[in-house]
Amino acid sequence: MKIRTVLIAALAAFGLGAPVAAGEEGHVKDFSFSFEGPFGVYDRAQLRRGLQVYLEVCSACHGLKYVPFRALGDPDGPALGEKAVKEIAAQYEVMDPDSGEMRPAKPSDYFPRSPNPKAPDLSLMAKARAGFHGPMGLGINQIVYGMGGPEYIASLLTGFTGEEKEEAGQTFYENRTFPIGWIAMPPVLSGEDVEYADGTKATAEQEAQDVAAFLMWAAEPKMMARKRMGFVGVVYLVLLASLLYLTNKTLWAAVKRRREKAAAES
Amino acid sequence: MRPYEPYTPKTRFEKWLHERLPIVELLYDTLMIPTPKNLNWMWIWGIVLAFTLAMQIATGIALAMHYKPDVGLAFASVEKIMRDVNAGWALRYFHANGASLFFLAVYLHIFRGIYYGSYKSPREVTWIIGMLIYFVMMATAFMGYVLPWGQMSFWGATVITGLFGAIPGIGETIQTWLLGGPSVGDPTLNRFFALHYLLPFVLVGLVILHIWAFHHTGNNNPAGVDPRREAEGLKKDTLPFWPYFVIKDLFALAIVLVVFVAIVGFMPNFLGDPINYEEANPLKTPAHIVPEWYFLPFYAILRAFTSDVWVVQFFNWISGGIIDAKFFGVLAMFGAIIALVLLPWLDTSRVRSGRYRPMFKWWFWLLVLDFVVLTWAGSQKPEGLVPTISLIAASYWFAFFFVILPLLGIFEKPLPQPQTIEEDFEAHLAGKAE
Repeated sequence: MKIRTVLIAALAAFGLGAPVAAGEEGHVKDFSFSFEGPFGVYDRAQLRRGLQVYLEVCSACHGLKYVPFRALGDPDGPALGEKAVKEIAAQYEVMDPDSGEMRPAKPSDYFPRSPNPKAPDLSLMAKARAGFHGPMGLGINQIVYGMGGPEYIASLLTGFTGEEKEEAGQTFYENRTFPIGWIAMPPVLSGEDVEYADGTKATAEQEAQDVAAFLMWAAEPKMMARKRMGFVGVVYLVLLASLLYLTNKTLWAAVKRRREKAAAES
Repeated sequence: MRPYEPYTPKTRFEKWLHERLPIVELLYDTLMIPTPKNLNWMWIWGIVLAFTLAMQIATGIALAMHYKPDVGLAFASVEKIMRDVNAGWALRYFHANGASLFFLAVYLHIFRGIYYGSYKSPREVTWIIGMLIYFVMMATAFMGYVLPWGQMSFWGATVITGLFGAIPGIGETIQTWLLGGPSVGDPTLNRFFALHYLLPFVLVGLVILHIWAFHHTGNNNPAGVDPRREAEGLKKDTLPFWPYFVIKDLFALAIVLVVFVAIVGFMPNFLGDPINYEEANPLKTPAHIVPEWYFLPFYAILRAFTSDVWVVQFFNWISGGIIDAKFFGVLAMFGAIIALVLLPWLDTSRVRSGRYRPMFKWWFWLLVLDFVVLTWAGSQKPEGLVPTISLIAASYWFAFFFVILPLLGIFEKPLPQPQTIEEDFEAHLAGKAE
């Protein structure tokens, strides 16, 4: 975290930029998530809270068609028990591919598509959106603040101004984060929309961050394995590079010394 | 040119094989090739490129075992790779970011070649094969980017194949033929997959020719002077590739891979467009269509020549309206790449290395800066100052190759060059070792 502060200070000193993009890009607030940075991991309790928000609020309109129920049991994810996964799956009806009849879903089935055809599927939303494109559209801010996908989602959910307008028979809601400023999705989180089992106070901001974290996991379930690979890979390659550096130095020392010997002889 | 012990088969099997196929000797000679000992750290990108090609082929074949080239299944099959295939996420992230590493390395390799005059006689054929490699790489990368069938895959393919449609008269026929239909669709995805699988092996063939060509002429080097011919001088100017340069290159490769693995592990989506995580939708055009970063300089040149530029108006007038702004842009984009191919004949200076060319140096670094500016301009929406900046930067690109380089050879007074590689080695490298 200290390096991050220094970097932010350095960037600010060069006038490179606040983490907030203005104008057409929409306002993306730099929420803090547990999974940021090379060592960041998903917060299991937060993923479970986010799952609850998704199930009780978002899933009324939005689908999650690339996420299988069984993934909810992943130790790197919400890590629900077998029974809990079965219970969640059983809330949904799916068509059995063999018999062609509707039956309650099993853990091997996938979350359904969006019930509201106008609502986009959320499986990959946390990667399909980004923030922090600056400065000058170079995207350097993303190195410091992250890609901004979950921040975008949490900002959008808390970014409603309360203004509405009617256009072509549809209501649009003003939103600070949505790129064109007006979004067809109504504000859905007002606080106390769910009752968290772990006793966390369900403010709108808390719910928005929890569901954003859950959607990040839904979009990138292998993130923790990926970071472990990155860490191990970097450590071993640094080791290999060090050994090769020493080998190279020893190897070339003889070639470079030959010249000194020649100089001494002449 | 073989200052080192020739290969002699030792075991009975080696002797038996050697009489029938002298492949071990070929490998031995390739590995022991005399290499100028003053090569600096910019000479490592060839190894990085060879490694990257092998990595892309290895990861690509594994990915192809799980991928489905069908517009209804492609996007979901990539998600399945990311979620359910063992280490599928690693394969895909290594492959996708591998393309970026490939282009980063090839650009550094090309600019190194320009600075040190590696394209000059007798290495013109090496240079041209290298440029062919670069074209095939671009085609391969472009088609590979279409395969995940995301929004930018689809719209990028639509825009780029549309360039062929800008050719007067026969353009639309060519475009339809390329796409296998009136627009980007299932036949397009199928053939792009087939070609994306084929072209890397064409690359392997070209790479072998590229290596063969410069092994025949010998490497260029930072001093730009040839190794001495006689055995004694050759021995002082060169070292065998193994182990001196193999170890040096592997060390450099390890450093490059540290950065690469860190990017794959910690920020694998940084270089990609987020919108490609949305499935292709022919009815929904993204707000801002941009190619991947490695195409941006040429994309900027494509867009730079709008109908209000006098050159465009002039060509429109003399061609009787056949060359419109769109077609001119396409010609400019391809021309910008052709300029690179013609480089050996556009550069009139007889001095190879830019180190001894006091004026060339400045123009060269301006060209590097120009390339960076074009990359940036290509990523921006064409509004505000961007079109003007693009036009100036694109103009400099052409001016460098077609005006500045030919004239420099006439007006520039080169600095004295070292007589031998040994002399350069001792001046630049040997002293720093201790």
